[in-house]
Amino acid sequence: MSILVNKNTKVLVQGLTGKTGTFHTEQALAYYGTQMVGGIHPSKGGSNWTGSKGETLPIFASVAEGKEKTGADATVIYVPPAGAADAIIEAIDAEIPFITCITEGIPVADMVRVKAKLDKSKSRLLGPNCPGILTPEECKIGIMPGSIFRKGSVGIVSRSGTLTYEAVFQTSNEGLGQTTAVGIGGDPVKGTEFIDVLAMFLADEATTSIIMIGEIGGSAEEDAAQFLIDEAKKGRKKPMAGFIAGRTAPKGRTMGHAGAVVSGGKGDAESKISAMEAAGIKVSPSPARLGKTLVEVLKG
Amino acid sequence: MNIHEYQAKALLKGFGAPVAQGVAIHSADEAAAAAKQLPGPLYVVKSQIHAGGRGKGKFKELGPDAKGGVRLAKSIDEVVAHAKDMLGNTLVTAQTGEAGKQVNRLYIEDGADIARELYCSLLVDRSVGRVAFVVSTEGGMDIEAVAHDTPEKIHTIAIDPETGVTADDVAKISAALALDGAAAEDAKSLFPALYKAFVEKDMALLEINPLIVMTNGNLRVLDAKVSFDGNALFRHEDVRALRDETEEDAKEIEASKWDLAYVALDGNIGCMVNGAGLAMATMDIIKLYGKEPANFCDVGGGAGKEKVAAAFKIITADPKVEGILVNIFGGIMKCDVIAEGVIAAVKEVGLKVPLVVRLEGTNVELGKKLLNESGLAITAADDLDDAAKKIVAAING
Repeated sequence: MSILVNKNTKVLVQGLTGKTGTFHTEQALAYYGTQMVGGIHPSKGGSNWTGSKGETLPIFASVAEGKEKTGADATVIYVPPAGAADAIIEAIDAEIPFITCITEGIPVADMVRVKAKLDKSKSRLLGPNCPGILTPEECKIGIMPGSIFRKGSVGIVSRSGTLTYEAVFQTSNEGLGQTTAVGIGGDPVKGTEFIDVLAMFLADEATTSIIMIGEIGGSAEEDAAQFLIDEAKKGRKKPMAGFIAGRTAPKGRTMGHAGAVVSGGKGDAESKISAMEAAGIKVSPSPARLGKTLVEVLKG
Repeated sequence: MNIHEYQAKALLKGFGAPVAQGVAIHSADEAAAAAKQLPGPLYVVKSQIHAGGRGKGKFKELGPDAKGGVRLAKSIDEVVAHAKDMLGNTLVTAQTGEAGKQVNRLYIEDGADIARELYCSLLVDRSVGRVAFVVSTEGGMDIEAVAHDTPEKIHTIAIDPETGVTADDVAKISAALALDGAAAEDAKSLFPALYKAFVEKDMALLEINPLIVMTNGNLRVLDAKVSFDGNALFRHEDVRALRDETEEDAKEIEASKWDLAYVALDGNIGCMVNGAGLAMATMDIIKLYGKEPANFCDVGGGAGKEKVAAAFKIITADPKVEGILVNIFGGIMKCDVIAEGVIAAVKEVGLKVPLVVRLEGTNVELGKKLLNESGLAITAADDLDDAAKKIVAAING
């Protein structure tokens, strides 16, 4: 089993015709035949996209048309920042169930607009500013390097793209492998939070342990820790290891005055680590020991 | 991107917010003429630097008994005397660090008779994904201390982006600030105006501390701190024009030209990493092995070889750097692009310190091959732990 995506997931690409979209679509097609079913371009509808190895995909003028003609249930967005919010909104309007936005650098105000729309829709958004999602040997959406994955039992969720890869790489090296790895993204306003993904991993039978990687800023990790404590009281609990990036980051460089006010003393690494440990997560002091820490937890 | 108080006030005035009359000056010669444009008889002379705590700050060059970075004046002569005293000197505040910041601009403002000092800020509340007002009756002081000691005195009112600030929102904010009479009337236009300014100009933070109720009952923006969302600067030419590069670290300015996320730090191991999370984690692991990072540097996902080379040059140009750790886990970033960028930069500027490179992920074999065949003195590392150990060992000699 897995969460959110599997071998039946059909994926459209918004921004396929650009350099980044093209490269990663080729990689996805090469990854156990992920079902990439088409691309979207407003003025190139009806033409075909061709990859460097001769792969071809149909281009549709709109997401709605692409969905209708292919039965797609997911999209991935590689559109540049200025147009990315509109691309997400187009996918929401087309009622795509699962939207992943890779784009980094979208203005926060645009994401506030997207979030208002998303909250009233049936779609789930992953990201933006995220590496996407990968279920080993079934489906790769986004930019995660497929070669480091191994089918297995660990569910991975992370705010940081590259630290997701660390967790994947290390759990593969320990022989555990992954059910699904989810990068929720580093932006302050985003579609999917830790809690959403943790709830899915707790419900997924194949996922027998979880790695959660957070970073400084905001209070999503503290909220997730509280969620895990509440779930444990209902009898839902799985072994977990974690990491928080930014323990040594200088204070006040990234967070403004008032940001700290809203979070009421939350947001620093120590507060997050203690909240996670209180929820039973073994937090590794080193990003290089994520896999080993999980193995220790599993040995008891 | 941050701007000065006087720029923030001019911007807010354009949206209809009540601010005092004021004139910005760059030299003491301009002080008298500036003050004469104001009604008087009370003037305020305010240092313009990108840091808070100016009033309680001290000038390095002046004695410990000298007045701070914000001064009252009761005559034009006094304004001129203060301007001569302050301009060109270095103001040290709680937020500047020990080095302080040179005061190159002053803002001469009409004085106000203050009845109450309030706190009002706008920011994006990430927990609800909306712009929110954060307000408190405890203005004019360190708001973090208020939040810590008396959190019940801080009120957060999130705004629905589809409606903007409603009459109901204004009523909530006004109630939280205990506004009545003329101030409550002013609030009906001020809070929607602040929200409009925040959204239209893509601000990241708009902080008014204090917002005052004057003795005549009206509201006035007495201080204003504005920072903008860097990701939205592309659509605001007018905002970009307000940037004051003398307030920023030279290495950080160079980095921003290349759109690199770079923060100068105090240690001696230079870092070049892809991804903000991994960049922070790399700093963490360096510290875990007993050393300090010289910088945070995230080259991002879509960097080309020129950008990688630029990042490498900025890191090597820092005289504090005794060793460099390149840590790349390629997803969107391809390892061969990193290798080409590093090789190009080393060929151009040379390599005088140990360099440890750890590559993993997309196109890793090609990247490693390029580095091996380059003939450069590069230590390869297998994983993050190995990389951190090797660079620390290289520096310890």
